[in-house]
Amino acid sequence: MHELSLVASLFEILEEKAGGLKAARITAVTLRVGRLSGVVPELLRSAFDAYKKGTLAEGARLEVEVAPFDFRCRACGGTSFREEPAACTACGSKDVELVGGMDLVVEKIEVEVEDS
Amino acid sequence: MTRKDVLVQKDLLGTNKEVASGIRKELRRRGILATNLLSSPGSGKTALLEALADRLKGRFRMAVVEGDIETERDAERIRARGVPAWQITTGGACHLEAKMVGKVLADVPAAIDFLFIENVGNLVCPAGYDLGESLRCVLLSSPEGDDKPAKYPQAFATADVLLLTKADLIPYLPFDPERAAREALAINPRLKVFRVSALRGEGMDGLAAFFAEALAAERAARA
Repeated sequence: MHELSLVASLFEILEEKAGGLKAARITAVTLRVGRLSGVVPELLRSAFDAYKKGTLAEGARLEVEVAPFDFRCRACGGTSFREEPAACTACGSKDVELVGGMDLVVEKIEVEVEDS
Repeated sequence: MTRKDVLVQKDLLGTNKEVASGIRKELRRRGILATNLLSSPGSGKTALLEALADRLKGRFRMAVVEGDIETERDAERIRARGVPAWQITTGGACHLEAKMVGKVLADVPAAIDFLFIENVGNLVCPAGYDLGESLRCVLLSSPEGDDKPAKYPQAFATADVLLLTKADLIPYLPFDPERAAREALAINPRLKVFRVSALRGEGMDGLAAFFAEALAAERAARA
């Protein structure tokens, strides 16, 4: 995977958010990473630690929540799925989609703001 | 100093998704069917495009965007078939991103029917990047083995079409096309599966017909 380029996008989001909050420091970052996103949490952590030096997030810890995935049937809205033959368990439709497995989302950050 | 938690809920690939949806809109406006081809290196993406070019010639106009880490080789192969082609060399990046395709789009002639985007050969990273395509094809060649869909699920989960390529080699290999299709369909039952040999021509007319239908459907949806 390309964890370093994802971390570069992460820092664009962090800088924008921290700027808007007038934060002095970012102390924690929580990411939600889908099971099927192809992203390796350990590599993400190494990339984050390399990238954060000299930024507002220099002392930040990175929390990675690995999100499971689910199926959703587009025909009936069912979420249960059988593999043989592959179809929605409730209505038999093959028009199902994966939900959540590809997520790469910045959930929340913890910041320190100067008291005014 | 006050410490507080702030909800962000922003997609790391959000910028790419925005650019991709702009590209999709622009291609739909022009009536072009764009296809993103994904596979590991050497599974026959360029050979497939050469064979498709021969079958679409005369009836349709196509153009190709080639993504590779280095060299202009693939674009040259496509141009040799009389098809306009643009090479994107990523200089090491393992996937194409929407903004790279966006840059090329201005040069793509308005009067074409099909735009094929051949992604960097890699079964992992390109899957996460929407390029604004209407169809995503994943190729699995018989020498790679029929166990790949479960090992690399993201590429198969996000695709619309599975092409089992190098079908002419199946008699010589321990490759079970039924198993490959079954594994892929268990991840993504919406997949349309084709068995093709770009070299010998098996299945290629059927695939060309599928693209012609997909183009008609895309244009009907636009109207």
